Amino acid sequence: MSFKVVVDYDLCESNAICMQIAPEVFEVRDDDFLYLLTETPDDNLRAKVEESAQRCPKQAIKVLDEEEEEEA
Amino acid sequence: MKAIAVVGASLAGLRAAEALRRDGFDGQLHLIGDEPHRPYDRPPLSKQVLAGEWDSDRTWLISPEQLDDLGVHAHFGVRATGLDVAGTTVTLASGDALAVDGVVIATGARCRTLGDPLPGVFTLRGLDDALALRAALERSPQRVVVIGAGFIGAEVAATARELGIEVTMVEMAAAPFERSLGADMGAVLAEIHRDHGVDLRLGVGWAGFVGNDAVEGVALTNGTTIAADVVVVGVGVTPNTEWLASSGLDVTNGVLCDETSLAAPNVVAAGDVARWPNAHFGDVMRVEHWDNATTQGVHAAKRLLHGDSAGAYAPTPWFWSDQYDRKLQLAGRTTGADSFQIVDGDIESRRFAAIYGRAGQIVAVLGMNRPRHVMRYRGLIDSQTSFSDALVAEF
Repeated sequence: MSFKVVVDYDLCESNAICMQIAPEVFEVRDDDFLYLLTETPDDNLRAKVEESAQRCPKQAIKVLDEEEEEEA
Repeated sequence: MKAIAVVGASLAGLRAAEALRRDGFDGQLHLIGDEPHRPYDRPPLSKQVLAGEWDSDRTWLISPEQLDDLGVHAHFGVRATGLDVAGTTVTLASGDALAVDGVVIATGARCRTLGDPLPGVFTLRGLDDALALRAALERSPQRVVVIGAGFIGAEVAATARELGIEVTMVEMAAAPFERSLGADMGAVLAEIHRDHGVDLRLGVGWAGFVGNDAVEGVALTNGTTIAADVVVVGVGVTPNTEWLASSGLDVTNGVLCDETSLAAPNVVAAGDVARWPNAHFGDVMRVEHWDNATTQGVHAAKRLLHGDSAGAYAPTPWFWSDQYDRKLQLAGRTTGADSFQIVDGDIESRRFAAIYGRAGQIVAVLGMNRPRHVMRYRGLIDSQTSFSDALVAEF
């Protein structure tokens, strides 16, 4: 099932843990802000994105199934 | 396995319980915590919660609905009192005995204290501690004395200064965070605190409290006394292992595990309470950081379910600390470092990254408002890159 990644930028403090786990999706740039390289990563990145969400010190990353997103 | 008890309902215990379910464990799952609260997050306690910016509701790690979905038997407000390793049985203060097939030990640590308890003297570890200290700070104290310039001390000092409260911070070592950062980088942190108006007293220790009904001051080892109506003691923690005294496990400075986080057959440990040989650093370590609680909780769950195939647990430890507008991050271990180099930015601007080497390898990276660099160099530590190669790496 395809999924969507959502970052709460009010919570995000750019600790960059996510960038180390899933550099294909998350990038902290020289301005120290986090940028999402894609909101809808390939399914084969799901485990990495879920690990990023778990290990985010600010719990600022959510992984949504496409269905959930439609419901919301 | 049909039944597993996770003892300890903070970050490591919760992440272990979640990982057990994710990995397909569908048996009985007990989650035992001595606090009445469901799992909550500690880092905001010394910052947003203490400052009054966050309601404590924002610290929950899991909602009641999610806890239901996880399918755990929650034993909150109940202390575990014993573990029978051979019979994998956990006994609780309620008198219950849980016969299970696997145990995750995640009972964490508690604050060390100084002297006899006196009103006005606080430690900060749990949510209730944070709310009590917050209430004391809201009563506009004349002066807060912080004893110990480690994580808790330095963050509490920063929060109190931002609330406009006078702060004296006392530290036995020559610099804040000296043990984890070394003296030179600790000195940078000392300057930051002084710039924000902290009266920082280094190389001096606590000798006693002054006051009868409530604290009125702190006596120091150099013979001076500092008047204070609030004192925060941040002098480290003690692992919670008393309940394991008759278990037969080695509980010298934490529960000793093998390199996979296994403490005994079908018994694993994770988080602040666990001590294990980290093969990557050739060192037996006990790590008191947030990130380790998460990753070791997950690893310990895998070890319990999948045995040796879970592999060794050999992470590069990482922590962060927010003080004023600076974010400090350290990945790796500076112990025994023999080389050091600023690799980005400069100390004057207080925005820099620096790497530490030992025996020709990069072993740590320190960043101040440089998260991107910390994570890049952390990757080089993970891959055991030489210090000279790390020096010329371009990020």
